[in-house]
Amino acid sequence: MIDQYIYPEFEVVRNQSRCISCRVCERQCANEVHRYDTDLGVMLSDESKCVNCQRCVSLCPTHALKIVKSDCRLRENANWSDQTIKEIYKQANSGGVLLSSMGNPKPLPVYWDKILINASQVTNPPIDPLREPMETKVFLGKKPDKILRRANGELITQLPPQIELSMPVMFSAMSYGSISYNAHASLARAATELGICYNTGEGGLHEDFYCYGENTIVQVASGRFGVHKNYLEVAAAVEIKMGQGAKPGIGGHLPGAKIVGDVSRTRMIPEGTDAISPAPHHDIYSIEDLRQLVYSLKEATDYKKPVIVKVAAVHNIAAIASGIARSGADIIAIDGFRGGTGAAPTRIRDNVGIPIELALASVDQRLRDEGIRNNVSLVVGGSVRSAADVVKAVALGADAVYVATAALLALGCHLCRTCHSGKCNWGIATQRPDLVKRLNPDIGSQRLVNLMNAWRHEIKELMGGMGINSIESLRGNRLMLRGVGLTAKELEILGISHAGE
Amino acid sequence: MNINATGLDFIDLNEALRQSRGSCNITNCLGQRFLAAGISDKTVTVSGIPGNALGAYLNGAKIEVMGNAQDAVGDTMNDGTIVIHGNVGDAVGYAMRGGHIYVQGNAGYRAGIHMKAYKDVQGNAGYRAGIHMKAYKEKQPAIVIGGKAGSFLGEYQAGGTIIVLGLVDNDKPIVSNFTSTGMHGGKMFLRSDCKGIKFPSQVHTHFADKKELEEIGHYLRHFCTYFGYDMKELLDSPFTVVMPDSKNPYRQMYVAN
Repeated sequence: MIDQYIYPEFEVVRNQSRCISCRVCERQCANEVHRYDTDLGVMLSDESKCVNCQRCVSLCPTHALKIVKSDCRLRENANWSDQTIKEIYKQANSGGVLLSSMGNPKPLPVYWDKILINASQVTNPPIDPLREPMETKVFLGKKPDKILRRANGELITQLPPQIELSMPVMFSAMSYGSISYNAHASLARAATELGICYNTGEGGLHEDFYCYGENTIVQVASGRFGVHKNYLEVAAAVEIKMGQGAKPGIGGHLPGAKIVGDVSRTRMIPEGTDAISPAPHHDIYSIEDLRQLVYSLKEATDYKKPVIVKVAAVHNIAAIASGIARSGADIIAIDGFRGGTGAAPTRIRDNVGIPIELALASVDQRLRDEGIRNNVSLVVGGSVRSAADVVKAVALGADAVYVATAALLALGCHLCRTCHSGKCNWGIATQRPDLVKRLNPDIGSQRLVNLMNAWRHEIKELMGGMGINSIESLRGNRLMLRGVGLTAKELEILGISHAGE
Repeated sequence: MNINATGLDFIDLNEALRQSRGSCNITNCLGQRFLAAGISDKTVTVSGIPGNALGAYLNGAKIEVMGNAQDAVGDTMNDGTIVIHGNVGDAVGYAMRGGHIYVQGNAGYRAGIHMKAYKDVQGNAGYRAGIHMKAYKEKQPAIVIGGKAGSFLGEYQAGGTIIVLGLVDNDKPIVSNFTSTGMHGGKMFLRSDCKGIKFPSQVHTHFADKKELEEIGHYLRHFCTYFGYDMKELLDSPFTVVMPDSKNPYRQMYVAN
C-alpha cells in the first residue's frame, strides 16, 4: 500500500499581477517550494514542502506572496481534529515517533495571562523611572543567612561566588549545533553588551566565543560534550542540565548529519557521529550523587563559579528543588512545559511537565517554609514572553528568568516549528553555510540588545507604578499580584489573592 | 612533596595538592573525594583509598593509586593517565575523551560509559565503566581493566578503546549484563571467547586479528609494565572485539510532524 496522502497544510497565494518572476522566493526557500517554469514564464510552487516560515513573504520585493492555512479540511469532528488524524496517517506511513520543534502549541492555560499587576494610587506614590533611580541589577548565587564578624568586630564580607546581571533576564541554553554559529555569536555579543549572560547549552563552547566568557554560562549534561577544564574555567557559571521543560525525561540527540565541521570540533566528537545525551545521568541516582557532581565541578573550578542545576518543571517539583537546594548548588533553574526546543517527540512536548508559574510559586514557598530560600537563587524559564511576564515571575519569587524563544524571535525566527529539519530559512536552526550567513551577527546582536533594553524600560515602568524602585523589593512580593478567572486551588498554589480582594 | 591526608577533608586536601609543585605523594588517603580534579601538571601517587570522582576532568596529570579506588574515577577526563593498583568502583571513565586509565583489578558497573575517545585501565571495573566514552581526533581515550567488568560496560560508548583482560580467577564472566548498550563508536577488546555473553543488536563481535592486536599492543605493554604481567601471557587467549554497526543508531526512529 502506498503512503496515505496528506493534503498540504498551507497554500502559497501568489498575486500574479504583482509577481515579476525575479525568483527571490526560489532562492530564499531551502524547502524548495518555489520554482520558475521557463516554458510558461511563471513562478510555480509546491505547497507540500511549505512550512510557513514567511521567508518568501518577507523578502518578496513586490509583496506578491502570502501563505494561508489551507481550507481543505477533513470532515469536522470535535473529537478527531485534523491534526490528530494527520498524525495517525504520518505514523501509519512511517512507523516513526512524531518529532516537533519549539514550545508546546496546545491551548493549555497560560497563567501569566491570568495574573494582574498592582499599581500605587494616592498613598505610597508611584515612582517615575525616567526621573528617579531604579535598580534592576541582580546577583545570582548563595546568600549568607546572617552577618558574620571577626573577633575584632570587622564584617566578614566574602560571599560565595555570584553572577551579576544588569537586569533579571538571561538567554537560556541553546547548543551550538541546534542553532547556528551566527545565532550564538549574536547571543554572546548581546549578552556582553547588556551585562547579562547567555548559555552554551550542552554542545560545548566554540573557540571564537571564549572571549565572551564572563557573560557565558556553560552547560554540563549527561553526554559531557565539549566539557573540559578550560571550558569550565572561562565561564561565569556552570550549569548541570538534568532536564528541559520541552521534553522532561527525554535526553538530547543531535543527529550525526548536524555534527559537521566546527560543531564536531566544539562538541569534541567525530563528524557524523550522533551526539547522544540521554535523560539519565548514569552517575546520578540521588541528591547525594548530584552533590558529588556539583562538588566535582566546584573543585575543578576552585570554588570560583556558581553551579546551577537545571530541571524541568514536573510533579513534586517543590520537593525536587528542596533536594537540589541542599546539594550544594548555588542556583536552581526550572524550565516549564511551554519551553522551546530544537527537536522533541511531539507527545512528550505536548503532554509532559507542568506550567512554570505553578512550579515557581510552589518551589519558592517550599524553600521559604524550610528556611533554605537563601541557599539558592531561582531562575525560571519556559515561555517568558514579555517584560510583564518577567515582573510577574519575579513577584512570584524568581531571582531571574531565562528567555530563548523571545530571543530567537528577535533574531528573525517566525515560529514555524520545523527546527528539526535543519533547513531554517532564517539562518538560526541550521548548519548549512548558505543559510547561516543570512543571519548577520552585527544586526542580530543589536536586535537582542534593543529587545532587552525595551524590556528593561518596561520592567522599570511596571516597578515604578507599584512604587518599587529595586528589583530586590519585588522578589517574592506576591501582594503585588492578583488572579483573574482562577480557581481557589490555583490561587492557593500561586499564593495570590483574586482580583477584587 | 608529601601530603599526609590524615584529618584533611577533600577541600583542604585538594588545596594542598594545588599548592604543591611537581610530583606529590599523598599518604593515609581515606575516602577524600574529587582528588586531583581538573589538574594538568603533576604526578600524584596515592596511598590509601581515594574517594569518588578521583581525577575528574583530569587534564594531563598522572595519578597512581597504590590500592583500590571508588566510583567515578576519571569522570570527563580529557588527558593524562590514571593507574589503579587494585579494583575500581562504578562508572570509571564516564564520558572520558582523552587519556588512559589502567586498572589492575575489577571494575564495577558502567565502566567507560559515554566514553568519547579513551585509553587503558588495568584491573577490574565496576558498573558502567566507559559510559559515554568519546574519541576525537588526537584524543583517543582508553581504559584497560585487568580483571572483570560489571554491567553496562561501555554504555553509549562513542569512541576510544576499552580493554578487559579477565585476569582474575572467579566464576564470573569477563563482562556482566548489558555490555555495550547504546554503543555507537569506538572499540571494545574482551580477552575471552565471550561464549554465553549477550550483546545488543546494534553491535557486532569478531575475534581480534593480528592487526587489531597490534592496535592495542602499546596499551597492553603499558599494562604489563605497571602491574608486572607478561605480554605473552596476555596474548595467550583470544580477544573478542565489539564494534557498533552504526554511528547513527536512532536515525530511522522519527517522523517529522
